[in-house]
Amino acid sequence: MLELLNALPSAIAQGLIWGIMAIGLYITYKVLDFADLTVDGSITTGACVCAVLITNGVNVWVCLLVAFLAGALAGLITGVFHTLMGIPPILSGILTQLMLWSINLKIMSSRANVAVSGRTLPVLITSLDVPIAIVIVLAFTAAIIALLYFFFGTEMGCALRATGSNEKMANAQGINVKWNKILGLMLANGLVALSGALLAQYQGFADINMGRGAIVIGLAAIIIGQTIISLFTQNFAFKLFGCALGGVCYYLVYQFVIWLGLDTDLLKLLSAIVVAVFLAIPYLKKQYFSRPKKSKATVGNEPPEAPPQEDAAEGGQINA
Amino acid sequence: MLELKHVSKTFNAGTINEKVALNDVSLTLEDGDFVTIIGGNGAGKSTLMNAIAGVYRVDCGSISLDGQEVTKTPEYKRAKLLGRVFQDPMQGTAADMQIDENLALARRRGKARGLKWGVTKAEKEEYKKALSALDLGLETRLSSKVGLLSGGQRQAITLLMAAMNDPKLLLLDEHTAALDPKTAAKVLEITDKIVEEKKLTTLMITHNMKDAIKHGNRLIMMHEGRIVIDVRGEEKSRLTVEDLLDMFTKVSGTEFASDRAILS
Repeated sequence: MLELLNALPSAIAQGLIWGIMAIGLYITYKVLDFADLTVDGSITTGACVCAVLITNGVNVWVCLLVAFLAGALAGLITGVFHTLMGIPPILSGILTQLMLWSINLKIMSSRANVAVSGRTLPVLITSLDVPIAIVIVLAFTAAIIALLYFFFGTEMGCALRATGSNEKMANAQGINVKWNKILGLMLANGLVALSGALLAQYQGFADINMGRGAIVIGLAAIIIGQTIISLFTQNFAFKLFGCALGGVCYYLVYQFVIWLGLDTDLLKLLSAIVVAVFLAIPYLKKQYFSRPKKSKATVGNEPPEAPPQEDAAEGGQINA
Repeated sequence: MLELKHVSKTFNAGTINEKVALNDVSLTLEDGDFVTIIGGNGAGKSTLMNAIAGVYRVDCGSISLDGQEVTKTPEYKRAKLLGRVFQDPMQGTAADMQIDENLALARRRGKARGLKWGVTKAEKEEYKKALSALDLGLETRLSSKVGLLSGGQRQAITLLMAAMNDPKLLLLDEHTAALDPKTAAKVLEITDKIVEEKKLTTLMITHNMKDAIKHGNRLIMMHEGRIVIDVRGEEKSRLTVEDLLDMFTKVSGTEFASDRAILS
């Protein structure tokens, strides 16, 4: 039990770092309605860039900025694949992700990992001092939420939201849909890479495999967070906060399961199953648990589905 | 105002599904014209409207709006000159955004969007006034998500949005067809009012012959990608549904085959 309690602060710190990643993913997944698989690569890119720069004596803030920009560049590539070359969203992300695998290796001079020692290097956060790390990452999270909340209230941010909500309408209102998708992908992957940069510092190394399955962890954090937050409010800032909360919950559960003695090899399998179940719930509800309206049910053998809209429109016209 | 010269559009050219949607269409609209378009399914009405809006490029011919050649201008840039309302009430507004945010998006149509607030306080007052003129009780629900509203309410809001910033041309693509008769009548009434007040040049597709005759100062009937009937002014105001059907049979050599248009 003591072992579990000792592991909790670290779980919170990791959860918060992944929460920043989930906030980035929220922009593409929820706001833009774009399933962006780039993140598996861009989180590693952020980590690699940060690790290499910091070991070369670059100021840690500059490292974070460059990591953000590197992630944004990855997002730009996915955006160009999708908007200018007509490649479907998921495939665009996968292609970029694969490209990033090679690029990440090259960033680390063909090594599979680079150590970022918290003892010898001027890192911002490290697992050697968990409480300070939690405070700093919390400050990052708060600043990011505040900036995004402001941004999505501006003309530019509204245009981005409209693009995600209704592309046809956005076009009709003079919004350049392609540019907005690219912008959203850049912003999202920039944040994902930033979270990767923080993660590399915290865990003390960047590893070529650290991003594998990142999208699943991000989605899990989003789903857990939104489920909790939606009980209280629909406010956008709180929804973003929900991502951070979801990340923390995810890592708390993670620690708990490890403490129970579960084989850690199975963790990714479990994460994916949990996310699959939660993603399926809205569909299953609609498909199997929606009851036909009572008036229809009493008619008898008629199928419960509503008539197609075209017919409904015709009926209305004829009765006019 | 609007000038189409010899515009043609064929879908799936060279395949078994080849469909000539527009066949050498030329059309000129004067400032302040309110033109209604009727025609059977597949006559090319919606294609005509989408070609004007820039949803797709035409195969040949030219389109100019307000003196500017726009044949190759992308849709989002043409939007500056246009106001559009679609048949499906879900398509004209962003469901996940508030009523005032939707209106504000339309207010900024054709303008650069920067880091200023998406909706200002002064605007909200203005939107309240505009919404209360609709008489649908929406003026107190400025911060409601549009997705919570009915089809008729959404279509009325889309109309307000389309008419914002006085577009050079208002495109209404069967915008009442998906509504129940009572709501459709109300939305048409609002349409007339807005077009009248702002003196907008308007192109309205309808399936309903009576509506086509009752509204506007000019009526166009399309058949197989061509404009086959074009009546205006005095002549149009005297038109009856029977006249239209006779004229159609004469020019096309077939019976007008849309029960929907005749029965209503």
